Amino acid sequence: MFGIDVRQKAWSAGLIVLFFVAWELFCLMTGMSDLVLPRPSQVFVTLVQRFPVLWPHIVQTLATTMLGFVLGVALGVALGAIIGVSKTAYDTCYPLLIGFSSIPKVAVVPIFVLWFGSGTVPAVLTALSICFFPIVVNIATGLATTEPELEDVLKALGASKLDILWNVGLPRTMPFFFASLKVAISYAFVGAVLSETVASNRGIGNVMMTASSNFNVPLVFAGLFVLAGLGVALYVVFSLIEGQVTGWATRKNDVIAT
Amino acid sequence: MRMQPNAQFDGQPVPEGSATTAIELSEASVTFGRGDRAVPALSKTTLKIADGEFVALVGPSGCGKSTILRLVSGLVQPTSGVVIVGGREVAARAMRVGMAFQNPTMLPWMTIERNIMLPLKIVEPFRSKFRKLRKTEFRDKANALLEQVGLKGFGNRYPWQLSGGMLQRANLCRALIHEPRMLLLDEPFGALDQFTREELWAILQNLWMTHKPTVLLVTHDLREAGFLASRICVMSARPGRILDDSRVDFARPRTVAMTFEPDFVALNQKLRAFIEDARSAAQQGAD
Repeated sequence: MFGIDVRQKAWSAGLIVLFFVAWELFCLMTGMSDLVLPRPSQVFVTLVQRFPVLWPHIVQTLATTMLGFVLGVALGVALGAIIGVSKTAYDTCYPLLIGFSSIPKVAVVPIFVLWFGSGTVPAVLTALSICFFPIVVNIATGLATTEPELEDVLKALGASKLDILWNVGLPRTMPFFFASLKVAISYAFVGAVLSETVASNRGIGNVMMTASSNFNVPLVFAGLFVLAGLGVALYVVFSLIEGQVTGWATRKNDVIAT
Repeated sequence: MRMQPNAQFDGQPVPEGSATTAIELSEASVTFGRGDRAVPALSKTTLKIADGEFVALVGPSGCGKSTILRLVSGLVQPTSGVVIVGGREVAARAMRVGMAFQNPTMLPWMTIERNIMLPLKIVEPFRSKFRKLRKTEFRDKANALLEQVGLKGFGNRYPWQLSGGMLQRANLCRALIHEPRMLLLDEPFGALDQFTREELWAILQNLWMTHKPTVLLVTHDLREAGFLASRICVMSARPGRILDDSRVDFARPRTVAMTFEPDFVALNQKLRAFIEDARSAAQQGAD
């Protein structure tokens, strides 16, 4: 198993290297102007040179993302718990939730700007509103799939709904929850950058917007690289946490024969 | 194979021929749904079970056997009639009975001993002491029970590391950990192979002989009923009624070999005839 794992990783890394090498060669061979598509090497140089300028914007974007994410998770867990526990609440709230979730979030940014002015607040709110839906759905699903027999065993012992939620429902939901966190953190990130691009004077989104209006294309791409790097980093962090907390859910497959 | 009585349960009342009634159903009926879609599950059933009895409920499938269990545990309220358990009418709050189903439903993120201790987290007087005693007294208690069902040393394994038969034994332990006066079993061995099942009969018999809870066992298996029960109630097809109620007086501990002796086979055949009748009556009713 170990050997296959390492080989798989080598292939993945190889593909990434190959991608950049192909890009570099393509630009060199076609003599592509860096106003259209800069070479990756140019982008890296720009990234390193401008890093001191980019840093506060990175911090801003990260902070906005995390704040929106944390609020989104809190709201998502609360709403998901209510919907998951009560069938009535589920049936009542679901149409409205679907309605909200199907609104393209870029369309609500102007409204947030109208209410709170441009800057950090609309970015946080956009991040929140875009990331909370997957959490609601996953928490609700996790809670709704509790085995009825176990629920009966506990009810026969006089367990309250809260007892069952705390001892069975929530732990059972953890794999669903962490799977949704990975998705949600990426969404929150997208939301924050989106809002910065439209209405902010700080953050990576804003840097890219400004750079593109100055035709500083390598800087635009440098911003893109930063975003990709941050996105991957956040995903990895939550995958690691997931593995730590809910290892039981993946191990469960190694069932020993009867 | 016989187990020594467990010291922890010595304080439990052991009914030596006592006539204390543990469960009493009088004219209890249950109907699910309302109006046109109402399904009668149980009709005017009267049943009296003494403290410490081991009663098996047998009958054609869908006859309301499980409904009786759910009535006794307080999970379902009678549509009409009265259900008295442990001297009180069963209200919405159930009264700490131990239950086990065919599906062992062990929580996959907990070790077996922590799974077994779950009822202690819920039921008083253990609940308030759980934090303090979960690593000492309660854990020992769980492991003592595991030892009685032949799972010594498996306490710190995870459910996915155990076979189906082992999980079902752990399930019995979980149903007994809070020292319930009543044990309700709904086809607990239905999903197991014949040999494992027979092995678990002996284990359940030992548990019953040691702890003496009142047991109500729902089963499809007539041999299982004859092996385990001190009394067998045969139920009619839906809506269920009790057709026959007979004592089983074979000496204990019973062995699998006994189930092939003429007396036992005769009992089996008698029960079988009742169920056949009930089934054909139901079919005629349907035509």
